[in-house]
Amino acid sequence: MKSATTASATAPGDVTSFSLGLALPLGVVFAIFFVLPLAQLFYLSLHNDTAATVWGLGQYIKFLSDPFSLAVLGSTLLLGAEVTLACLVLGYPIAWLYQRSGSRVQTLIIMIVLLPLLTSVVVRTFAWIVILGRQGIINSVLQSLGLIGTPLRMIYTQGGLIAALAQVQMPLMVLPLITAIGRIDPNLADASASLGAGSWRTFVKVMLPLSMPGIIAGCTLTYAAAITAFITQSLIGGGQMLFMPMYLYQQASTLQNWPFAAAISIIFLFAVLAIVALFSMLGRRARGYGDAR
Amino acid sequence: MSGRQRNWEALSFQIAMTAIAVLALILIVSPSLVVVIVSFTSGFSLKFPPPGYSTRWYVELWNAWQLQFAARNSVVVAMWSTALSIVLGVAAALAISRSKALTAKLLDSLFMSPLVLPALAFGLAALMFFSLIGLPISLLTLVIGHTIVCVPYVVRNTVAALTQLEPTLLESSAILGASRLYTFRRIVLPLIRPGIISGAFIAFMSSFDNVPVSLFLRDAATDMLPIRMWQDLEGKLDVTIAALSSVLIIGTVALMAIMERTTGLSKRLTG
Repeated sequence: MKSATTASATAPGDVTSFSLGLALPLGVVFAIFFVLPLAQLFYLSLHNDTAATVWGLGQYIKFLSDPFSLAVLGSTLLLGAEVTLACLVLGYPIAWLYQRSGSRVQTLIIMIVLLPLLTSVVVRTFAWIVILGRQGIINSVLQSLGLIGTPLRMIYTQGGLIAALAQVQMPLMVLPLITAIGRIDPNLADASASLGAGSWRTFVKVMLPLSMPGIIAGCTLTYAAAITAFITQSLIGGGQMLFMPMYLYQQASTLQNWPFAAAISIIFLFAVLAIVALFSMLGRRARGYGDAR
Repeated sequence: MSGRQRNWEALSFQIAMTAIAVLALILIVSPSLVVVIVSFTSGFSLKFPPPGYSTRWYVELWNAWQLQFAARNSVVVAMWSTALSIVLGVAAALAISRSKALTAKLLDSLFMSPLVLPALAFGLAALMFFSLIGLPISLLTLVIGHTIVCVPYVVRNTVAALTQLEPTLLESSAILGASRLYTFRRIVLPLIRPGIISGAFIAFMSSFDNVPVSLFLRDAATDMLPIRMWQDLEGKLDVTIAALSSVLIIGTVALMAIMERTTGLSKRLTG
């Protein structure tokens, strides 16, 4: 009797799978320290006062009717799109080169791509301060060539921020692309060529559509990372540009306005989720396209 | 004629793609190189190229007790978070990787969700939660917060290793009379160990580098290195940070080389 129950709990005679109960400890930790805090965050955002006694949608109305807050949200989402596009344009050729290189070069490329992923984000951002600064590498090169008289202001500009964020987030784009391009049957490109299509045409008509799952995955990761990149945004963007993470941090830490900060978090969270959902919807369509080949 | 046109067309494509790729790779590497070079400056500014070379900023770093204090905290928190992530994450990965049950799929999404959600929102939520249940912020709360955001890396890499494991190996072991625990110790664990190690490595690095959770869960007594560096940089552009940065860059490169040798990290992340 006893042995029968134990057997049925772990699927009789099946030695190839493990009991679901092994997920229990992590499940409990997640329930207490992840799900509960987020639920509390949501609960708090539904209160109109800082003491959290009066229920209401006041915080959301305050955010959504405030042109300043909406502008912060808008510029954050736009920044993500610009960075993602830059990463895609620069990252795709890296993945392409990786797939046609020998294994030594492949290891080198992957190490170069991984390096920024694993070095501290503060260090990476700091590097851009050195590059973009008044006495930085770009200004000294331009000045020594006599192209400019006074140093250009590049730090604290939108362009500088996009360049820095693109470099910081590039690995997240390149890794899924390498995987996706590696899965494409090389015969397809040959078939396209023998049917008379040139390299550019084959690239646009065959390679790009077939690597779409990788593009979507890369874009999702890059986008989500770029809009939440607190350190890079604050150090390279400076005080002039305000984005959602800093806005949220200011409201929570400096102003101690927790219900409003909670509402900002929830709005930000849903904006991110909406974009991830949009990307994964596009991904499903792309996969359907890939299967139909 | 058309053959030559075809060749030129193919060549232009290859040149364009290779040129962008090389440019992008240079773009990825150069910031790290620039930092390492600038850290050896003899001057007081982040001027590039440096006016002269010296190791004075490394001597300065040797005396920067605030940064060292923060670095020690970061290492302690990263080690505990990684250890917890391994114990909890590997067990969870075993449970969900070979199960077809809906519960397993839902748990998988739950355990992966910290990777997608804005971590800053979780940082704030965790701070409010700990203050609600009356747990003062300390290294313990930092370890808990970091574990939540780091455990997905261990789960994901372990699940990936488990899916490549041949089920027949487990069956053979059972037929030959091995207990499940023995099979786990002698068959499963050795085969998935590289996956666990590379997941743990990424978890450690991301805890050590974590900003969004530490931002809310640390205070002066539990200062964390990335936050300390960020606050230093907000105030002044100190060359000591350049010395510290190049120490971190060189340390990362060394760790990466070791990981590549022992677990084939690069193949694991692109497989």
